[in-house]
Amino acid sequence: MSFLLAENMTGGYGATDILHDCTLRVEKGQIAVIVGPNGAGKSTAMKAVFGMLNLREGHVVLGGEDITRLSPQDRVAKGMGFVPQVNNVFPTMSVQENLEMGAFLRDDDFSDTMEQVFDLFPILKDKRHQNAGELSGGQRQQVAVGRALMTQPRLLMLDEPTAGVSPIVMDELFDRIIEVARTGISILMVEQNARQALEIADMGYVLVQGANKYTDTGAALLADPEVRRTFLGG
Amino acid sequence: MDILNALVAVLNYVVIPASSYGAQLALGALGVTLIYGILRFSNFAHGDTMAFGTAFTILFTWAFQAMGLSLGPLPTALIALPFGIAVTAGLVLLTDRMVYSYYRRVRAAPVILVMVSVGVMFVMNGLTRFIIGVDEIQFADGARFVISAREFRAATGLAEPLSLRSSQVITLVAAALVVWALFWFLNRTRTGKSMRAFSDNEDLALLSGINPNRVVAVTWVIAAALATTAGVLYGLDKSFKAFNYFQLLLPIFASAIVGGLGNPLGAIAGGFIIAFSEVGVTYAWKKVLGYLAPAGLEPEGLMQLLSTEYKFAVSFAILIIVLLFKPTGLFKGKAV
Amino acid sequence: MSIRQPDAASGGRFRTPLLFAAMAALIGLEALTGGWNTALGILNMGLISAILALGVNIQWGYAGLFNVGIVGFVALGGLAPVLVSMPPTPGAFAGGGPGLLLAIGIATATVLAAIWANTRLAGTARLLAIPLILILGFFLYRAVFDPAVAVIEAINPSAQGNLGGLGLPVLLAWPVGALFAAGAAWVIGKTALGLRSDYLAIATLGIGEIIVAALKNEEWLARGVLNVNGIPRPWPVPYEIDLQGDPAFVERMASLGTDPVTGSTVLVKLLYTGLFVVVLLALIWASQMALKSPWGRMMRAIRDNETAAAAMGKNVTRRHLQIFILGSAVCGLAGAMMITLDGQMTPGSYNPLRYTFLIWVMVIVGGSGNNWGSVLGGLLIWYLWVKAEAWGPALMTLVTANMEAGALKSHLLDSAAHMRLLTMGVILLLVLRFSPRGLLPEK
Repeated sequence: MSFLLAENMTGGYGATDILHDCTLRVEKGQIAVIVGPNGAGKSTAMKAVFGMLNLREGHVVLGGEDITRLSPQDRVAKGMGFVPQVNNVFPTMSVQENLEMGAFLRDDDFSDTMEQVFDLFPILKDKRHQNAGELSGGQRQQVAVGRALMTQPRLLMLDEPTAGVSPIVMDELFDRIIEVARTGISILMVEQNARQALEIADMGYVLVQGANKYTDTGAALLADPEVRRTFLGG
Repeated sequence: MDILNALVAVLNYVVIPASSYGAQLALGALGVTLIYGILRFSNFAHGDTMAFGTAFTILFTWAFQAMGLSLGPLPTALIALPFGIAVTAGLVLLTDRMVYSYYRRVRAAPVILVMVSVGVMFVMNGLTRFIIGVDEIQFADGARFVISAREFRAATGLAEPLSLRSSQVITLVAAALVVWALFWFLNRTRTGKSMRAFSDNEDLALLSGINPNRVVAVTWVIAAALATTAGVLYGLDKSFKAFNYFQLLLPIFASAIVGGLGNPLGAIAGGFIIAFSEVGVTYAWKKVLGYLAPAGLEPEGLMQLLSTEYKFAVSFAILIIVLLFKPTGLFKGKAV
Repeated sequence: MSIRQPDAASGGRFRTPLLFAAMAALIGLEALTGGWNTALGILNMGLISAILALGVNIQWGYAGLFNVGIVGFVALGGLAPVLVSMPPTPGAFAGGGPGLLLAIGIATATVLAAIWANTRLAGTARLLAIPLILILGFFLYRAVFDPAVAVIEAINPSAQGNLGGLGLPVLLAWPVGALFAAGAAWVIGKTALGLRSDYLAIATLGIGEIIVAALKNEEWLARGVLNVNGIPRPWPVPYEIDLQGDPAFVERMASLGTDPVTGSTVLVKLLYTGLFVVVLLALIWASQMALKSPWGRMMRAIRDNETAAAAMGKNVTRRHLQIFILGSAVCGLAGAMMITLDGQMTPGSYNPLRYTFLIWVMVIVGGSGNNWGSVLGGLLIWYLWVKAEAWGPALMTLVTANMEAGALKSHLLDSAAHMRLLTMGVILLLVLRFSPRGLLPEK
């Protein structure tokens, strides 16, 4: 059984459904990427996994435990980490304080985790006393990912982590994400840069209008001429 | 000698009174700015929270005086202050439970919360009047002066007097301690940091598992402590009159906005800016200029820019200028 | 007196007439128990309160603007009867007038120059020029203004010492009062609108306090705390003394079985009532028409969704400014009417709790967004406010009846008067919480 199993998700924010029988799976230590055209419900699908909208049908199972009814906060306690697309740092707090806030739920000593985050993102160690709001876009994303890692999540969810950063920074971020996955953390990520994202993905989900259109390994999707033509621009 | 006299006059009539008034405003503005940062509305009941807290502190002061408790040269009100804070904190927590929490749950627009705070102001105003009446009350005891005018003149031989009242020294010392403690709390403790996180980015704070109810409750308790302390210091320095505390609302808001709503450091700077402007503009500079001007060129008029009745116009004018040119305040606040 | 009600106002389309009938019955009851003189007294102030509430409702109900400086607009409106209808003070205008006019000219020129500097200059030049212009202008203004004021205040200080008025009919002062308030509203609106909603509240709080402070201290204007008495009555209201001296009137009263003193006071009050009702109805008619017009629909669209309205190209801030000025003008009008009714201007009596926050209770209880609701709220809350003055001590006497005489008992009896504020605050909170749409909800 997959580590994360979000099956048959149907629901939306109001009366109309945005997701239609959408299913996502992530294996332990693997990277799953959700791609698709604008308005396909990519972010909505991820928010549904995180419990930020009510599902009419379907269920979410994490590590064998059904968490469909839990609030986002409770899901954090169960081992989910979520990095929102925007407003994902505390701007007037220092980098180190941002990380501390990520570990707010932990009662144990989290200095080891913080060292791991600093090893992963060395630039953050240099800027640990600087306010997060003063950092560049790419550095802010690193703070955001680092904050989510502080809870020692078993599943890390990233909502368009490379939105608005330069291609070099994007490659750098993807490298870091692969490193995170190697430590055994499962990754679920929504990406606008579909081609690059699928290159690092173990599993890819192409969503169209809130439903699964294509599901395969990242390499297979990249090789599929139909997917290339319709979603990857040739 | 004349330059010294001018200097002493400025110290005596401007710097010392404005410093203690500024410290009182800063404490009040800190409360307003904290509430704004966490609960995201301008609390119109803050002036009356100050009045309520001071009224209870006065009641405890009277009780302690009757019991014969005293701090010697220091005013008895300082022993009573923690008790006054406790009662006020209880009241604001009760108010939050009974009134504000509902509007947070339904995610009411900020202007509704402002209006609700006006209703709370009404109730608190009524409670204060009910408890202690509307008359002016002097509750300072202990030593009145640290430096008295007569001693100063005798010691220095200057024509100008310099007096330093103990209430002014207490205000400055107490305000410095309170501000130090507050910043230590906000920057060093887990709870304090969680408050800053909540103020910075509420959604992310919730995602991080920060308990909003706890943050709100702690904020109210701190605001009550700041309001009561500010109110008692103001009352010791001048006197207690419920209506005066309502009128302090304008300079307090002005201080908070000038510094940048939601920014604690800004609130302190704002308090002193407002206080020094208010005192400076309403002080009659005739005497000082008389010392400084060459013989024969002494000014004729009072050299007072505005009469003291218009002191609130000074905070208002500064407020308007800041709103026109820099609505986020001098130290970047949260609000536009 | 929590007025809990289901979403749809019970009573249907009869709700408004029924509630107004109940209000009329309360006034009638007051007439039977306390006499027509008291009842009409309450009604007249109630009508003025209703107009005030109407003005505030225009701002809050139509546009969601929170004005915490109503007292200032009321006071500014109250200045109009003094300046329009009082006889001119002999020599005041000749002595101080030119100076005053020149001072006003200097003040205007200074502000204009500062605005010019702000738009035309840049960088350090601007940073230096603006304060310099303002400071120079201020000193120049004071140099011209102070002697002029001294001249005016020296004229017969025990009775006059002010500029006096134009000696025109006092009814003219009503629209002038509205204009005064509109002018102040323009300045405040220009500054604080378009920013966060809290800022308008804080700015109006400030202007309210400053206008009242100015009226109390600028003795050349309206004698400050020395008060202005004997403001002429509006057409067609006669003086009681004249009526009592009129044989025809005395005879008519005798035929009605009333003594002429009571008869004359009641007649005078009735005439005021008539005047106020005419103004109130005209205002309601105008605002209902405005609400139904395309302009009114746009206003409500903006209130309900500012972002969407702005996206459709509506200049939200500009519309808000219009509404804010209109509502404040109505408050100024009410202020002028109130001073006319009282026959005197007492700047010391402008208390924000009474003239700002009580009005808010009226608007919220009546039903924000509904003009008839504001009228009902104005009448009802004013009635309760007056009656509570007597009920509070009576209730407290009852509560303490079984207590031993002592400090606590006398304290409780003494503080009964303050219970009114507390009660009003509780009513406001209860209505906001449980029945935010008020007695007469907006349709």
